[in-house]
Amino acid sequence: MNEHIVKSYEDELNTLTADCARMGGLTEAQVGDALDAVVKRDQALAEAVVGRDERLDVLEADIERKAIRLIALRQPMANDLRKTVAAMKIASNLERCGDLAKNIAKRTLILNEAEPISPLTRSIERMGRLVAGRLKDVLDAYTGSDLDRALAVWSRDDEVDEHYNSLFRELLTYMMGDPRTITACAHLLFVAKNLERIGDHATNIAEIIHYEITGEEMISAERPKTDALRA
Amino acid sequence: MPSQRDDAMAHDTTAPVHIAVDRQHAALPAAPVKIRARDVNVFYGEKQALFDVSLDVPENSVTALIGPSGCGKSTFLRSINRMNDTIPGCKVTGRIELDGEDVNDRSIDPVVLRARVGMVFQKPNPFPKTIFENVAYGPRIHGIASGKTELEGIVESSLKRAGLWAEVADRLHQPGTGLSGGQQQRLVIARAIAVSPEVILMDEPCSALDPIATARIEELIDELRNQYCIVIVTHSMAQAARVSQKTAFFHLGKLVEAGPTGEIFTNPRDSRTQDYITGRFG
Repeated sequence: MNEHIVKSYEDELNTLTADCARMGGLTEAQVGDALDAVVKRDQALAEAVVGRDERLDVLEADIERKAIRLIALRQPMANDLRKTVAAMKIASNLERCGDLAKNIAKRTLILNEAEPISPLTRSIERMGRLVAGRLKDVLDAYTGSDLDRALAVWSRDDEVDEHYNSLFRELLTYMMGDPRTITACAHLLFVAKNLERIGDHATNIAEIIHYEITGEEMISAERPKTDALRA
Repeated sequence: MPSQRDDAMAHDTTAPVHIAVDRQHAALPAAPVKIRARDVNVFYGEKQALFDVSLDVPENSVTALIGPSGCGKSTFLRSINRMNDTIPGCKVTGRIELDGEDVNDRSIDPVVLRARVGMVFQKPNPFPKTIFENVAYGPRIHGIASGKTELEGIVESSLKRAGLWAEVADRLHQPGTGLSGGQQQRLVIARAIAVSPEVILMDEPCSALDPIATARIEELIDELRNQYCIVIVTHSMAQAARVSQKTAFFHLGKLVEAGPTGEIFTNPRDSRTQDYITGRFG
């Protein structure tokens, strides 16, 4: 790819992508820490995750501002336009991931007040590692403009759904077996749902990357999907 | 027409493309073709300015020709109504059809052709006559109006369609050159449509105008396309994106790529198109 004739335009576009990548790194850390906090019942870490969320909000607003400014002042076309729009949309998906991570951390604070349910925690951990891995993969695909890697994330979304469905059944079993676990299980169900949503955002980001690189939209109907409600 | 989007090069914008692809919008029924150019070559003496250009220009739409200076877009525009005939040593080969008729055929009178295919230039060029006479001149010499009343009717309707009537109705007999630049440009558009052309060629019609006058012309172009086939050469990417439905990109005398404007500006197929519209031409 040749560089722009106007150097400052080139710099602005690169800054936008770099900001987005930086925000991705922070989101990854938030999701990872939120998961560690819930698995290890780590009060301090959960509080730290809640406290750090604002930084993602600030970063998202900053990326959006820069993108709008770039559209207004530079009128980007073709791949530049796609790159600008992609940065804006990815930032918004990352911000949502951050909110979900914060919510997991908040539930950790409540879960820590009840007795631990070890098998469930292990299931949450497995699902969480899978989701965190997908988020990492899709962000690597973004920084490396790696279409194949983005597509790999996109096509494997059903793995997360399967984990979620099996956790859902597991949680039902515990709640039916011992009603005293219902409060904790309900919170864990939300934790699982949040992780599943983060997985969906990773899939969205994969679609955005596909559009940024190829200019073509992806057809979501072709993606393998497990029906969560009937599983 | 089969979609050409799923070829192997679709994702590889760096691959060299040797054949210009004239893409139609898959989702839309193809508009009837008004101008069909096939393998058009233009030479100015020894120098070849256009190489094997093949392009379909649809009826009732605006087609924008874009490309760096010297790419041949104006040469192509001028070959549609045989304006190149006036340049000594200029030779045109290939076929340019207007409604299926070869414009370079011996039986075609270039004067009649130019009445069917009107032209608007970069700098407004009203005749040094009154506003009325500027518009009335064409219909009069082509014998379109049979009397004074009919001629007045044509002048009024042409000025109205060009969006100028309200501004000049009370001073029709003052010199056209006394109008502002934007008004002059609308005056020459009125002059062009007074002879009921089928095609209007515009060679950078707004490059000498301020943004408000430009917006007026662009609005006018959008209204005119319901009745005419319009081909516009512009250096402004934004203008091409705003006014046209189809865009053709020329480079070094070749047609590199043509297709629906929305696609050319969001997802061009050829790396040269991409480099040009994004400001990367090295």
